[in-house]
Amino acid sequence: MSTTSPEEILTHLLEKFPEGSVSLVKDTGSAMQHSLLLQHEKAVAIANTLRDDPQFRFDYCSNVTGMDWPKEGFLEAVYHLYSIEKKTAKPLILRMRTKGRDSKIPADLAMPSFTSVWRSCELQEREVYDLYGILYSSHPDLRRLLMWDEFQGHPMRKDYAPPAENPPAA
Amino acid sequence: MNTLSTEQDDVHGELMEISLGPHHPSTHGVFRMNITLDGEIVVKLKPVFGYLHRNHEKIAEGNTYLAAIPYTDRLDYLCSLTNNWAYVHAVETLAAIAVPERAECLRIILGELARIANHACLVGFLLNDLGTSFTPLLYSLRERERMLDLIEELTGSRMMCNFFRFGGLRSDIPEDWLQRLRTYLEGPFARFLDEQDALLSGNEILLARTQGVGILPPALAVQAGITGPMLRASGVPYDIRKVDQYSLYKRFEYKVPIGAHGDTYDRYMMRMLEMRESVKIIQQAMDALKNAQGSHIDPKARNQGLRPKAGEAYARMESPKGELGFHLVSDGSAKPYRFRIRPPSLINLTALEDICLGQTLADTVVILGSVDIVLGEVDR
Repeated sequence: MSTTSPEEILTHLLEKFPEGSVSLVKDTGSAMQHSLLLQHEKAVAIANTLRDDPQFRFDYCSNVTGMDWPKEGFLEAVYHLYSIEKKTAKPLILRMRTKGRDSKIPADLAMPSFTSVWRSCELQEREVYDLYGILYSSHPDLRRLLMWDEFQGHPMRKDYAPPAENPPAA
Repeated sequence: MNTLSTEQDDVHGELMEISLGPHHPSTHGVFRMNITLDGEIVVKLKPVFGYLHRNHEKIAEGNTYLAAIPYTDRLDYLCSLTNNWAYVHAVETLAAIAVPERAECLRIILGELARIANHACLVGFLLNDLGTSFTPLLYSLRERERMLDLIEELTGSRMMCNFFRFGGLRSDIPEDWLQRLRTYLEGPFARFLDEQDALLSGNEILLARTQGVGILPPALAVQAGITGPMLRASGVPYDIRKVDQYSLYKRFEYKVPIGAHGDTYDRYMMRMLEMRESVKIIQQAMDALKNAQGSHIDPKARNQGLRPKAGEAYARMESPKGELGFHLVSDGSAKPYRFRIRPPSLINLTALEDICLGQTLADTVVILGSVDIVLGEVDR
C-alpha cells in the first residue's frame, strides 16, 4: 500500500514517533501543497523512516529551499521529497525552523542536516547556509557555495543591505 | 589552494594539486575543479562554484511574476524555452491558471525542440572534449544553427527567447513555420542523426575513451539526486514527463531510453536516442494541433499585475538536463516572497567526485562533458 497525502503520512509517523515531533502545516494557496513541520530532535530519524520504510520509500530528495521570515523571527528550510521507486507525482514537503534569526548564538541558527539521509542535500544545504545563514549541525562540509569564503553576511535574507557600490578608498 | 603539494604516503606517489578552471575550455564556462593527482590518476576532486553567481533568486524576488520570465532565459542559456516553461508551469500551479489545449501542444513542440538543440550541442561538445578537434562539433553547431534560425524567426531572439506567458505563449505559431520545422526535422536533421551514428556512435576511439569510464551506479545516482539523461544512463527508468504526466505528454507515444552501465558512453547514447524520441513527440504534437481546442493563450489568464493567493507551490518538469523545478511562495502581493530554482546542472554535479576518482585527468574532462552543465544554471 502506498500512502501519499501528508495527512496519512502524519498519522503513520505519529504511531512511531512522539506527539509533537511532527505536525501538519496547511498551505493556504491554490496548489494546496501541505507540508510536515519537523522538530529538530527526531528529524533525522523521521527522515530515515520516510526513506527506508517500505510504505513510504521517499528515496529521492529533490529540492531544498531556504526561507527567511523576519516578522516571525526564524529561518526555515523546506525539503521536497519524491519516491523514484513508487514513482510519486506529488512531492512530500518537509520543513524545519530555526529558533531565531538575529541571534549571535550558533545554536539558535542551527538545525540538523539531511545530507546523511539524502546526499542530494549536500550542495543545496551549503547554498542555504551561504545565502541564509542556517547552520547545519551535522553537515559534513559546511562551506559557502556561491559566495566567496571571505564574504560577510547572507544575501538572500530580506533585510540584507548590499555594501555601497564604490566604497571609499582606504 | 593552487600550490603544489609534495606530501607523500605509503599508498600514493607524489601528489600534485591542480586547479582546472575557471578559465579552461573543457569546463564549458567558469567552473573550477581542485583536483589532486597521483601521477595521472585523480585521488581527490573538489568542485568550486559561484564564478557566474548573479543571485537570480534575489532579483526575481524584487520584481513582479511576469518580469522574472526573461531572467529564466539566462539560467540554462542553451535551452531558454524549457526554462520559461518550467517557470510559467510553477506560476500556473501557484495561481491555478488553466492552459488551452493548443497552447499545450505548441509548448510541447517548443520544449522538445529545445531538448533536441541542447542534446545536439552536447554530443558535439562531448566529442570535442575527447579531442576530435572540431569536426563533429561543427556538424552539431551547424544543426543547432538551423534550429536557432527557426527559433529566432518565431521569438525574435536566438537564445533569449522570452516566449512563454502564464496561460500560454506570447504569440501564436504560424502554420508555415510548423511545416518548415517538420520538413527540417524529417529531412536534414534525420540525416544528421544517421550520419552521427554511422560516423561516431560505433567509432573505436570513442568506445575506447568512454566505455567503462566514469561509472555512476544506480543507487548512488538516486541518493545523490541525479536526474535527467544522466540518471537514466545508470539504468533508472525515471522521466518526469512519464511520472508527472504534466501538459499533454500522456497522449503521445514515445520511449524513454535507459542505459545499462551508467558510463560516459551510455550518457552519450541517451542523448542520441532521446533526440529521435523528441522528433516523434513533435510530429505527434503537430498532428494533435489540428484538432486542438482554444488558442495560443488563455485570454482570461492574467499576466500583468498577477497576484496569486498567499500560499506556496513547487512544480517541476523534465528539462533537457534533468529535473528543473521552481518553488514559489506568494504572500498575496505582486512579487514572489520566495523564488527558488531547483537547478539540475548543479545537483547533477553532487556525485562528480565519486565518478571521477580513479580515472585519469583526461577522462575527468570527458566525464564532466557527459554530465552536461551550463554555468548560468549552476551558479544562477
